[in-house]
Amino acid sequence: MLSIAEQSFSSRLLTGTGKFGHPDILKAALVASRTSMVTLALKRLNRQHQQDSTLQVLRTLPVTLLPNTSGAATADEAVYAAKLARELLGTPWVKLEIHPDQRFLLPDPVETLRAAEQLCEAGFHVLPYCHADPVLCKRLEEVGCAAIMPLGAPIGTNQGLQTRDFLQIIIEQSNVPVIVDAGIGRPSQACEAMEMGADAVLVNTAIATSNDPVATASAFAKAVEAGRESFLAGAPLAQRNASATSPFTQFLETLS
Amino acid sequence: MKSADALRQYDWDDVSLTLYAKTQRDVQSALRHPAPGWQEFLALISPAAEASLPSMAEKANALTRQRFGHTVSMFVPLYLSNLCANECTYCGFTMSNKIRRVKLSPQQIKDEIRAIKTMGFDSLLLVTGEHETKAGMAYFNEVLPLIRPHFSHLAMEVQPLSTDDYRKLVKLGVDSVLVYQETYHRAHYGQYHLRGQKQDFDWRLETPDRLGEAGMNKIGLGALLGLSDWRTDSALTAMHLYLLQKAYWKTRFSIAFPRIKPCAGDQFSPVSDITDKQLVQLICAYRICFPEVELSLSTRESATFRNSVVPLAINQLSAASQTQPGGYSEKSDALEQFSTEDTRSANDVAASLLAQGIEPVWTDWLQQFGR
Repeated sequence: MLSIAEQSFSSRLLTGTGKFGHPDILKAALVASRTSMVTLALKRLNRQHQQDSTLQVLRTLPVTLLPNTSGAATADEAVYAAKLARELLGTPWVKLEIHPDQRFLLPDPVETLRAAEQLCEAGFHVLPYCHADPVLCKRLEEVGCAAIMPLGAPIGTNQGLQTRDFLQIIIEQSNVPVIVDAGIGRPSQACEAMEMGADAVLVNTAIATSNDPVATASAFAKAVEAGRESFLAGAPLAQRNASATSPFTQFLETLS
Repeated sequence: MKSADALRQYDWDDVSLTLYAKTQRDVQSALRHPAPGWQEFLALISPAAEASLPSMAEKANALTRQRFGHTVSMFVPLYLSNLCANECTYCGFTMSNKIRRVKLSPQQIKDEIRAIKTMGFDSLLLVTGEHETKAGMAYFNEVLPLIRPHFSHLAMEVQPLSTDDYRKLVKLGVDSVLVYQETYHRAHYGQYHLRGQKQDFDWRLETPDRLGEAGMNKIGLGALLGLSDWRTDSALTAMHLYLLQKAYWKTRFSIAFPRIKPCAGDQFSPVSDITDKQLVQLICAYRICFPEVELSLSTRESATFRNSVVPLAINQLSAASQTQPGGYSEKSDALEQFSTEDTRSANDVAASLLAQGIEPVWTDWLQQFGR
């Protein structure tokens, strides 16, 4: 079972709450995804948050809330947002997102590391969204992040695992869970990330903006499970040459 | 003035000739382009693209949903004054118009805020009029602290200010400034703006640069469609946007599509009418070439038009707007800048969005971001 900061999660599919057109669709999709951890943007939280429609939905589901700092452009802003989230929602979990770049919303490595250091010190369970940079991921691990969230492609692009080779290195080296975040557009891509050995994936846009969010959420749930099972089973390596299903060398066994 | 300098290199007539020469083949290749740029934008706003409007709309819609999801952000304008120290031949607030001039007092502002909050808004656009001395920094220093705590996001439509003043506005809690060039046609600009600081075309053109240098979180651009050829004006607005995005990579940008509306004392007739269909074409072209830029549509447009166009590509929507100072707590048509077309209540607009599968987002920012 996936374990982050000593808490167990029944699902390896993390989801988000943005981009859905209606709270009812959000709810049905989250149920179908069988997710156990859901991120929500603190900046979208209605200040009279008892009335917040997203939060109302989340409260009815067996999920851990993962507030995110989306909108923050500096470490200071992200730390502020994380502390506000802890105060309003009573949770130590935070998905650290700092993206000053407004076009591709790419994470700022310098500010992210700075904020991660401060937040870990302040007792948060920090899950930083970061580039698929193996050294940065090690640095984030060293300052105490509970997991790391390298991107597959720019957020919301559905391009899949463009950073494949670096994700592989990150997965190989990490001592904390690796959650591939951003860019996963199809269940097959989520499956691929899991087969590579990622501990989990986070998918939002692909579910929320699909023609049928509920069916897509269900497809992602299955793909993540299949990918995990395949990883555990030891997916075979690709090779150039054909390999017969019934090898002719079987006759060797009959020889004395 | 990085982007203004580069923009001044573009000659109106050259741009115009280039865009009117675009062919259907250019339009098709623009629609297939993986990362469309300015030449593609020109093709998509050209007359040749009118035939491809359905494909443009589909593409724009898909890009909008991918980037912004099934959501639209809601905001409302609050007119602080109708004071003006400029003579602009197309505007109801122009200084020679004999209308009663008002500037809201702190108490009136509180009344307005109460009325606005009752409607559910959490994102506010302050419209200040353009009067440096009577509605300038001294007034903003006084009233912004009264307003800021009540809203998660604060935008301002204000006369061009200095970089230092913009830095002060950032500190006072302003997240976004909207400043429209009106027209990028220098000679026409001179004919429309007869008196006041606004006569200075270049000072206005350099305004987004000053905002970028001051670290303003978001900058709103646009041309007042109808003042000159709307296509060429839009082509130059788009170039301005490209240049600004490169220069100020941490800044968000928004585009608005104001069309000339009848106003008090109005003798004005547009040079270049933009039809409903052409406005849709323009909105789609922006979306296709700028998937990340926030597109805004005001209550200048009718409910019917907004109902059909908003789901296509719009990200920011005003509702229940009053365009005269004090209009939310005490309604009087006499002072308004222009008459609004979509007069539905905020609740009605929100309900109609939900019915179309779009969730209205009222809160999408933290006051402390960007300070």
